[in-house]
Amino acid sequence: MVAETVTVSTGAVSAFLKYAWVIPLLPFISAVITLFFGKRTPGRGSVYGIVFVGAACAMSFGVLWHFVQGGGPYEAAVSWFQVGPLHLELGILVDGLTAIMLVVVTFISLMVHIYSLGYMHGDERFTWFYFVLSMFTAAMLTVVVSNNLIQLLIGWEVMGVCSYLLIGHWWEEKTNSNASIKAFITTRIGDVPFMFGIFALIAATGFTTTNIGVTSEAIGLPGVSALYVSMAAILLFGGVVGKSAQFPLHVWLPDAMAGPTPVSALIHAATMVAAGVYLLGRLFVVFLDASPWVLTTVSIIAAITMLGAALLAVVQDDIKRVLAYSTLSQLAYMVAGLSLGEAGLTAGFFHLFTHAFFKALLFLGAGSVIHAVHSNDMSDMGGLRKKMPITFWTMLIGSLALAGIFPFAGFWSKDELLVVAQKTGHYWLFAAFLVTALLTAFYTARMVLITFYGDYRGQATPHESPPSMSGPLVVLAGATMFVGLLGAPQLGAVFGKWVFYEAVEASVFVPWIALLGTVLAVGGLFVGYSMYKAYREPDPMEAKLGPLWDVFQNRYYIDSFYMRAIVLPTRDRLSAGVYWFNQNVLDAIVNGAAVLARWLASMVMWFDRNVIDGAVNGLGSLTGQAGGVLKFIQSGNVQWYAAGLFVGVVALAIVFIKIV
Amino acid sequence: MIRLPFVLFFSALLFSAGVYGVLARRNAIMVLMAIELMLNAVNVNLIGFSAYLRDITGQVFALFVIAVAAAEVGIGLAIVILLFRNRESINVDEVNLLKW
Repeated sequence: MVAETVTVSTGAVSAFLKYAWVIPLLPFISAVITLFFGKRTPGRGSVYGIVFVGAACAMSFGVLWHFVQGGGPYEAAVSWFQVGPLHLELGILVDGLTAIMLVVVTFISLMVHIYSLGYMHGDERFTWFYFVLSMFTAAMLTVVVSNNLIQLLIGWEVMGVCSYLLIGHWWEEKTNSNASIKAFITTRIGDVPFMFGIFALIAATGFTTTNIGVTSEAIGLPGVSALYVSMAAILLFGGVVGKSAQFPLHVWLPDAMAGPTPVSALIHAATMVAAGVYLLGRLFVVFLDASPWVLTTVSIIAAITMLGAALLAVVQDDIKRVLAYSTLSQLAYMVAGLSLGEAGLTAGFFHLFTHAFFKALLFLGAGSVIHAVHSNDMSDMGGLRKKMPITFWTMLIGSLALAGIFPFAGFWSKDELLVVAQKTGHYWLFAAFLVTALLTAFYTARMVLITFYGDYRGQATPHESPPSMSGPLVVLAGATMFVGLLGAPQLGAVFGKWVFYEAVEASVFVPWIALLGTVLAVGGLFVGYSMYKAYREPDPMEAKLGPLWDVFQNRYYIDSFYMRAIVLPTRDRLSAGVYWFNQNVLDAIVNGAAVLARWLASMVMWFDRNVIDGAVNGLGSLTGQAGGVLKFIQSGNVQWYAAGLFVGVVALAIVFIKIV
Repeated sequence: MIRLPFVLFFSALLFSAGVYGVLARRNAIMVLMAIELMLNAVNVNLIGFSAYLRDITGQVFALFVIAVAAAEVGIGLAIVILLFRNRESINVDEVNLLKW
């Protein structure tokens, strides 16, 4: 029901912004068409996803162009329905942040759609895969353009479902379906506080609206206590911790690598896990209005995640797990960036932006390698540099970007984060950034050297991937080389003019910080090179780390701790108890009610058979018997009738004469 | 002129004789004749009141009754003839097939 339209905008509005609601709709249409007609289409339905997501991508660039020209934000909504005083609406909010996210999501999604043509070729559930991929894209875009919390939550949960479906795409293997369940449940643990956080925000407006702008303003009013805002912020942060896989809910992301590699690139590296960071930025006001300890908590969690995950990435053998831990660490970079306060918003999102490109590139590259050698383990790789030149060169670009080497994307965004951390006086976070940068460069070098240098150790015959896979790699590599320049202070730091909090902050170039970052990155790469230039098993790291090796291999025992402390007690004790309660108490009540009802029914039946039926039958037989007796009055003798008539007339005459 | 009570008394006697004939006689012809008696008792009543009230309506009505009685006797005698042809008897109490 389109009842009213609310529009808030400043300055001229391009048609792309007015029709931004079409962008999430396109992949949704594609998903529906793929689901119903995909299998009957030549090419098994992949064409719909590519065409529609391509159209969405073109529109997203149109939206971004509006902000490139210096346009203002735009908000529009139609009312959806009303519950008491609560007015729910469907709407879009398009500002610079939205535009950036739209471009990232649609562009990476398009690349992944194309890449999957090759990677998923011949897969049993190829059409289903494309359906979920398009559905995920639609959900993520819904989150991005949403102007209210409920719509955002809907997209957020649909994303979670799609993630679950894609991780478990090859569910025939028990580990894969376990990983998907683990991912789903772990993120839900974060989503519950997130939902209550949303309720807290809506409650702050007196349950009248779910609009993000209005709720954010309402929570900053003087009447709202600091504790209330802080609790709301912490609850919302729960959603971020779950979705963006921050400590202590980070455990699902490495296991999520059980899904097909294009999925890891799209969902578990570039977009869905970044949704947590996006949420943090979208509701940034709430975090700024909260007490300072909230942002401190956020930065502590981010610091733990970035260092812990980076250390684990060092010891992994599975190439996708190296990248997964790297993703955890880089997501923590973004979260930490936002926790620096107003100035950190631009830097954090700039890192999200660059990371999406180079991490998608790295995952797709890793997928290309896995496709060639039929194994995830780097111990089965080696020497692929000559056999897969395109994959090697593009992955090298991605790796240098991840390590933060000038002039690739990662250099600019990490440098900006370092500058902001130093400027705002968060020196311990500054140190954490530097150590993580060192570790990142080291494990990146390790990954590239073990995979592409030395001698080939596997059994398969590796070959370069088909053009549908190498094409997206080349495109993403090109993007990785240049997107960093958008935030380069020397080139005007264009990015900061699109994404900022309240006022544009001129990003500055501090030579000594850039130099320090580069030295650490190069140092990390050099140490990695010296250790792994001639890689032979076993990993030289094992001897260097000693007892720590086991700790790292077992992921600090966090997963087994959760298993022993939460999962198993829940399964064996709580579930058993609940099962017993269900079997013995709930079922007893239900069965008892059934027995009672049966008894009652038999009573009613007796009453029906004997009393009601008896009355009816009795009346019938009474009538029959009475008729049997009375019929003899009709004797057939006319004179008797006449006599009766005469008596009747006399009786009537007597009655009338007496009364009248 | 005869006074009204005498006329009414005569009429009542005539009507009673008719009633007796209808209820007690077995011969259908006699029953029909008894019905004629009752109708004529009514006619006497009508004419007596007509003369007493000096109103011609009663006499007109009596003429109608005579006409209807003639028609009724016509039908009644036809029934009796049919009855006799079928039963060789015109006893009313033997015509009792229309019963339970």
